[in-house]
Amino acid sequence: MTDLLTPVLSANWADDRPWRINNYERRGGYDALRKALDMQPDDVIALVKDANLRGRGGAGFPTGMKWSFVPKDNPNPKYLVVNADESEPGTCKDIPLMMASPHTLVEGIIIASHAIGVSHAFIYVRGEVLHVARRLQQAVREAYSAGYLGRNILGKGLDLELTVHSGAGAYICGEETALLDSLEGRRGQPRLRPPFPAVAGLYASPTVVNNVESIASVPSIVANGKEWFQSMGTEKSKGFTLYSLSGHVKKPGQFEAPMGITLRELIDLGGGMRDGHKLKFWTPGGSSTPLLTAEHMDMPLDYEATAAAGSMLGTKALQCFDETTSVVRSTLRFVEFYKHESCGKCTPCREGTWWLVQILMRIERGEGVEGDIEKLLDLSENIGGRSFCALADGAVATVTSAIKHFRSEFEAGYTTPAWELFPYEKSALFEAKPLAAASEHAGAQQKVGTH
Amino acid sequence: MTVEKDEKKGQTQPPADQARPPEELVTFSIDDIETSVPKGTLVIRAAEELGIDIPRFCDHPLLDPAGACRQCMVDVVDDGRGRQMPKPQTSCTLTAMPGMKVRTQYTSPVAEKAQRGMIEFLLINHPLDCPICDKGGECPLQNQAMSTGDGESRYEGEKRTYPKPINISSQVLLDRERCILCARCTRFSEQIAGDPFIALAERGALQQVAIYEKEPFESYFSGNTIQICPVGALTSSAYRFRSRPFDLVSTHTTCENCASGCDLRVDHRRGTVMRRMAGNDPEVNEEWNCDRGRFGFVSGRGDDRITTPLVRRGDELLPASWPEAIDAAVAGLQKAGKDVGVLTGGRLTVEDAYAYSRFARVGLGTNNIDFRARAHSAEETDFLANAVAGTGLGVTYAELERAKHVVLVGFEPEDESPIVFLRLRKAMRKKGLKVTTIAPFLSRGSQKLNATLVSAVPGGEPQALASVDLDGDTVVLVGERAAEIPGLLTMVLDTTGRSGARMAWIPRRAGERGAVEAGCLPHLLPGGRPLSDPAARVDAQAVWGADVPARVGLDATGMFNAVLAGELGALVVAGVEPEDFPKPRIALEALEEAGFVLSLEARESSVTARADVVLPISLLEERSGTFIDWEGRERPVHNVIPKKHVMTDGRALAALTDALGAPAAPRTVSAAKAEFDEFGPWSGNRAAEPRVAGSTAIEVGPGEAVLSTWRDLLDDSRCLDGEDALLGTAQRPVVAMGPTMAADAPEGALVEVSRGQRSVTLPLKIVENMASGCVWLPAHARGHNLSTELEATAGDLVRLDMIEPEASEGDGPEGAASVSTEGTK
Repeated sequence: MTDLLTPVLSANWADDRPWRINNYERRGGYDALRKALDMQPDDVIALVKDANLRGRGGAGFPTGMKWSFVPKDNPNPKYLVVNADESEPGTCKDIPLMMASPHTLVEGIIIASHAIGVSHAFIYVRGEVLHVARRLQQAVREAYSAGYLGRNILGKGLDLELTVHSGAGAYICGEETALLDSLEGRRGQPRLRPPFPAVAGLYASPTVVNNVESIASVPSIVANGKEWFQSMGTEKSKGFTLYSLSGHVKKPGQFEAPMGITLRELIDLGGGMRDGHKLKFWTPGGSSTPLLTAEHMDMPLDYEATAAAGSMLGTKALQCFDETTSVVRSTLRFVEFYKHESCGKCTPCREGTWWLVQILMRIERGEGVEGDIEKLLDLSENIGGRSFCALADGAVATVTSAIKHFRSEFEAGYTTPAWELFPYEKSALFEAKPLAAASEHAGAQQKVGTH
Repeated sequence: MTVEKDEKKGQTQPPADQARPPEELVTFSIDDIETSVPKGTLVIRAAEELGIDIPRFCDHPLLDPAGACRQCMVDVVDDGRGRQMPKPQTSCTLTAMPGMKVRTQYTSPVAEKAQRGMIEFLLINHPLDCPICDKGGECPLQNQAMSTGDGESRYEGEKRTYPKPINISSQVLLDRERCILCARCTRFSEQIAGDPFIALAERGALQQVAIYEKEPFESYFSGNTIQICPVGALTSSAYRFRSRPFDLVSTHTTCENCASGCDLRVDHRRGTVMRRMAGNDPEVNEEWNCDRGRFGFVSGRGDDRITTPLVRRGDELLPASWPEAIDAAVAGLQKAGKDVGVLTGGRLTVEDAYAYSRFARVGLGTNNIDFRARAHSAEETDFLANAVAGTGLGVTYAELERAKHVVLVGFEPEDESPIVFLRLRKAMRKKGLKVTTIAPFLSRGSQKLNATLVSAVPGGEPQALASVDLDGDTVVLVGERAAEIPGLLTMVLDTTGRSGARMAWIPRRAGERGAVEAGCLPHLLPGGRPLSDPAARVDAQAVWGADVPARVGLDATGMFNAVLAGELGALVVAGVEPEDFPKPRIALEALEEAGFVLSLEARESSVTARADVVLPISLLEERSGTFIDWEGRERPVHNVIPKKHVMTDGRALAALTDALGAPAAPRTVSAAKAEFDEFGPWSGNRAAEPRVAGSTAIEVGPGEAVLSTWRDLLDDSRCLDGEDALLGTAQRPVVAMGPTMAADAPEGALVEVSRGQRSVTLPLKIVENMASGCVWLPAHARGHNLSTELEATAGDLVRLDMIEPEASEGDGPEGAASVSTEGTK
């Protein structure tokens, strides 16, 4: 089984304090940087392009191609912004990476900056994860001390400043243009495109926005070459990546494997589903990717196959739900998240998620009325593909895919509360009691004075 | 070039615009109708040209595209490269591309459903209070819900509610329930006005328009947001619940508040003006106006309105009949003979100004006439005769937008001609216009123009202007305040003449340019004819059928001095406030001392109180006429309120002319205009340029400063009487000084500014870039008229003293401590 795994990014995670620079260097850290600085910037871009590294943030856009879009004749400074605003429900790959091995990211940033011609790079890190921000700051400090950042890096003439910036707690700031607005000190809302960030991004200057994992993958490509990278993965989805397994599996966690591993293999690596339970549905890449069922377990987890199955690879956040789970309930929870995180800029997302939640709540209560499912689908059609950015697409993807695969459960919501069909305590991973029972229990405890 | 709608007969037109390169066109189709539009055109604009109506809310042709409301979705079946766009697109953000095929709701079920769905979403949280909403009946949401939405709502949930309405300024109310979050208001404030006092806050369905609590929406242009709000979310506190749009009668006219010349839509109901809106004139004000023009219109409704002629009997002014009053006026004027002075003020239509100009010469036989109820000088008189009068349409708004560099001289556009300010700001944002201001500091308005400051203490402007590089792509805008500075207007003509830069004179008042054209100056006849030129006098004699006195008359200051010296027996005064003169005390004394004062007025004033005969004049809204804006463009004033008995200045003067036995004067506005137009352009020699040297810098001692001052847009002007909500948004009066001069004093500390025995005390405001040795105060803030209280104007030396707050500890020097000044030499 272990040969399924290809630990590259996660290779040092079990080391003693892998986040310290000396421990990172002991394993050959920053060697790739030395190699890259001896290369012409265009050669670095060509290498990443040829390796066919695709963006690990969800969309899978070729990273090298994104770098090459930056206009060379623009007189403004060029910026690299690393999107570390990992906020998607279920997604947990960048945060462990930055906690365990922040120098992998820092090294990748320096190489990418050399390739693109950047002299000021930013890491925009999710505001809620203060511990990650602190670890990144420590790593950046160490890198400055070691001469990897600052002026004339390693005597090769590269100047680079790296700023760690914490967000203020908005999911929308993971959208690259909203992120740039937020980084500029404005309220995070997506910008009109064109102009695209490559032309007018941060401070109206050419900007590359890359996911943490994409940038962190760069040093290994420089160190080991494109053939090595291409030797892993499927035909069009090359290399290794972090899969995050969560939910009703025995051993959830991050699994670094070549592109195209299947869910069945990953669940096996995770020790299988909970004892006595079987997989009911799952998301391939976080809550915004249409959910899939047990019949898709043997599908290769790469960009092409997930798209063919009507979903998206997304962030490879595999949330697994077993048969005790109410689809109506999980759909409602997902949509509530999007309603809360909708930035409010455009009508369909702002008003549509507000409406969807109200319908789903009454279906959950068993008070749905005839036509509610059709209404959900019709509203989803009026929201999806009509909104300003992709946030609302994610919100409706969960609704339409849930109805597609589990329509009868929504129909049952016309008559029966979801908690009667799927007692919620049964899907909990720890002993839990319904709220009413729990408060009764607490009350009883208080009465006898045992608390 | 702009083609004038009502082109003045024979007016000199500027040279036709140099051939611009032909625009690159893009050919594409909407609903299978092929069209060609300039490259870069948005699909929604192209659809408008074809007469295809796409519903929209956030889109506004003068604002940057937002794509926020998503209402204007269209289906792009071919993006021009043979591919269908997978999702419908917002036509307000979609640029037309060659070969593109667009389908709107008329030909695409996808677009139709997208639009229908969007209206439904917009309505789910919108209250059903249309029957009591100001916007009801003229509401884009209402209208487009009817045209695009479904009759029945599928929404059965709870609506979002907020307390309503809330004041975001004393003038503008916000109803958040009605708001559809299109961001037109916030984008207007940020992009057009440069006053981002309102912004969207919170997120999701709780997103709302908000202000920072310490900075209310006190923009001079806030009213525009009410007008462009596509729902009733923003309403005016003065107009809220006053009337229904379908009960209003609308008339287009021209705003009388300044020389910008805005097209105005005035709505009245049963003879009372209820509100005023910005008209749409792309050549002039585009679709905007300022709050003063929009909200300031009730001043004529107070108890001080004069409705009958008044004749003085002893100490009292008593009502009289018109014939009685005319007789009394004629008797008074005849007693004075030719020693009469005429003050016309700057707010008359060109027809009325012409009537005074004619009356002075024909009726009274004098050239003692001046329209300037403000600081003025002989240098300015010469400047106006040489470079302004009879020059026709000069620099235009469009030219300002095309200029590469604009230099502001004695002119604060935001305060003194707000639409010029908006146009300069637009050019700065869109075309990289460079603005240079010659001023003691960068005012709020100059900062919004991103202007470069060429620092000048009052008096130092001519030297400062000489240091600015001018060329053929430069426009120099000169304000009326240039008259306060000796040598400045001479320098303006000198520098623009040498460099080939264009020049425009922008007075504050709506009637000043018209008065110049009409000849309301002591040495000028209508159409820019110099009185000294016999041929010019022959022209006037031909039109008037009467002799024209050849002797140059007195200007306003000269008239006051002559009255006080006993050389002038009578004054004829139109709409003039003595408090507007730099020395109101002298003006009031002159009115007091004059043997006879005839006042033609609409409201009681310090002039009518000193008058012997008062003839009541109708309000502007009751009559018609023409203003000439700063460009030299004729702007029609239309009769808004139909009334039977309307008395214009011209009609009253015609009656006086008859009674004086002089050749008959035109009795109607149209006859006056026709006669004025008979003058046509002047082809003879122009009056000579002024030749005045600049003054030497004054020495500023310790604790002293040179005063700089001008009028804020919203101040104690009597035109704004009764407009409490509007005045609530005025700038707070302050004493502005630089940090060095302020020394340790905190902002808000009281400063006493004194001159001789007179003083005024106001809170301190620290201005970083204030010219050394200079202090600024607003000239006419409510309750603080510097001319009256301090008898000081720009360039005067004043003394500054800090008023120490009553200290609980004895830690400071007692009493008033001197402010530190560097003492400039």
